[in-house]
Amino acid sequence: MRNIIAIFQKQVKETFKNKTIFIQFIMFPIMAIIMENAIEIANMPENYFVNLFASMYIGMAPLTSMASIMSEEKEKNTLRVLMMSQVKPMQYLIGTGSYIWAICMVGACVFGVTGTYEGKELAVFIGIMAAGILASLLIGAAIGTWSRNQMSATSLTIPIMFVFAFLPMLSGFNEAIAKVARFIYSGQIYDLMNQMGYQSGYQPEISLEMVAVIGANMLVAILFFAFSYRKSGLA
Amino acid sequence: MKKSNMRNESNGNIVVLSNVVQRFGEKEVLKGISLAVKPGEIVGLLGPSGAGKTTMIKIVTGQLEATSGTVKVDSTSKEMGMMMDSHGLYERLSCYDNLKLFAQIYNIPFRRIDEVLQKVGLSEAKKRPVDKLSKGMRGRLALARAVMHEPKILFLDEPTSGLDPTTTNQIHELILEEQAKGITIFLTTHNMAEAEKLCQHVALLHEGNIVEYGEPKEICRKYNHQKKLQIRLYDGKCIEIANNKEAAETVQSYLTQELLETIHSTEPNLETVFMELTGSKLE
Ligand SMILES: Nc1ncnc2c1ncn2[C@@H]1O[C@H](COP(=O)(O)OP(=O)(O)O)[C@@H](O)[C@H]1O
Ligand SMILES: [Mg+2]
Repeated sequence: MRNIIAIFQKQVKETFKNKTIFIQFIMFPIMAIIMENAIEIANMPENYFVNLFASMYIGMAPLTSMASIMSEEKEKNTLRVLMMSQVKPMQYLIGTGSYIWAICMVGACVFGVTGTYEGKELAVFIGIMAAGILASLLIGAAIGTWSRNQMSATSLTIPIMFVFAFLPMLSGFNEAIAKVARFIYSGQIYDLMNQMGYQSGYQPEISLEMVAVIGANMLVAILFFAFSYRKSGLA
Repeated sequence: MKKSNMRNESNGNIVVLSNVVQRFGEKEVLKGISLAVKPGEIVGLLGPSGAGKTTMIKIVTGQLEATSGTVKVDSTSKEMGMMMDSHGLYERLSCYDNLKLFAQIYNIPFRRIDEVLQKVGLSEAKKRPVDKLSKGMRGRLALARAVMHEPKILFLDEPTSGLDPTTTNQIHELILEEQAKGITIFLTTHNMAEAEKLCQHVALLHEGNIVEYGEPKEICRKYNHQKKLQIRLYDGKCIEIANNKEAAETVQSYLTQELLETIHSTEPNLETVFMELTGSKLE
């Protein structure tokens, strides 16, 4: 536990000085605040921009920051030093992951408050954000474990992030994309958010399908992680 | 590969390597290394870059598992301190915060951070982020981190490579201070003078083999084939004469004439021994 806290604190200090990571954390929440308040279009669904940016946020921020932090630590050999000082791989992953999860949850709350979510809807919104952030984190950890350096992490992150961050948003325009988006966690989450937006007084329900898709996504990420980990360990 | 902490079998040695082979694909980087290190000594691993020095340190510290052979290290990994060639410092964090992380991990009081910073001469720079430090300062910070938890054995992979003479000397002082506390130090270098100055024993590594091992002075004496004396006179003349009985007369005559400025035996230094053994340069 001591090691986990040490890693967590180190990440807090480090990422606040890391502009590329920091921007990931705040860009979409800020855009949502601006757009939601600045743009008025007739018949626009409720919380349109909040949902749009929130689903992009879960597809992008946790995934890219986890992959980027881990691959940088590998490239700069800091992860190796940690492992040599008796930090267990799991302690590192939990310390770093919980930090990213926590800061992204702050982002999720900003989205929730920016929108008109209240009561049960707000709870559901925050809940599905939490699950989405976790799934995204696991994918990022798998990429970070697989990659030897930042370059190789980026070349994997960009296409994968594109799928999870943009497909849900594009599914409104294309049937085929919509079909694919049903199978990814961010697609399911975006769908539910939109239902809450379109139908006022809608009683949001977490469908079995959604639980299954998010669970399956997490499982795939964990398998990919385990495969990479067995290949070369963490550092 | 077996790795164990067998105190009894190592005959008072803190590190024992026997017949360690390391292959990377087709390439055999270490071809059967055997080496024993006594507690409290500084042992130097000398060789040009690419000789396999870093690979050997990685094997001893358990970062790499040798293809075959046995490695016995009489210390837990908690009792090891290391400074690898890439220092692995957090660039965005300050000197203090870099050490604080490891103080937390090792569960040692934070006042120890200021203590080691003071020792390596970084007290003034403690709030400065690592990416604003000079190469020598980074080296000293990495050394501070390596010794902060008072390890029993310290591994230093080319600790002074690329540093200016002043910083190199500072690091040498620090290394000797650590040794004075009874710590065993395993050092790699391609700098002969450094090895001669610091090490009780050196192993010359060439193409994956230890081609010579012993005390630096002994090695030099062993390869002193010429056995000559080099004399420099006040008039600027340099003379080499055979180091034998007849030399006594010559030297005496120069002395009585008050002509003799300096006199040396021509034993080789480690650099020339290495060249003789391998036909290649160290750097
Ligand atoms: N992980 C690795 N995979 C393949 N070759 C390696 C690896 N690590 C080191 N080598 C090779 O082993 C040789 C010795 O490397 P190294 O131990 O770093 O030498 P030194 O530290 O003496 O300069 C070099 O030729 C290097 O290319
Ligand atoms: Mg090296």
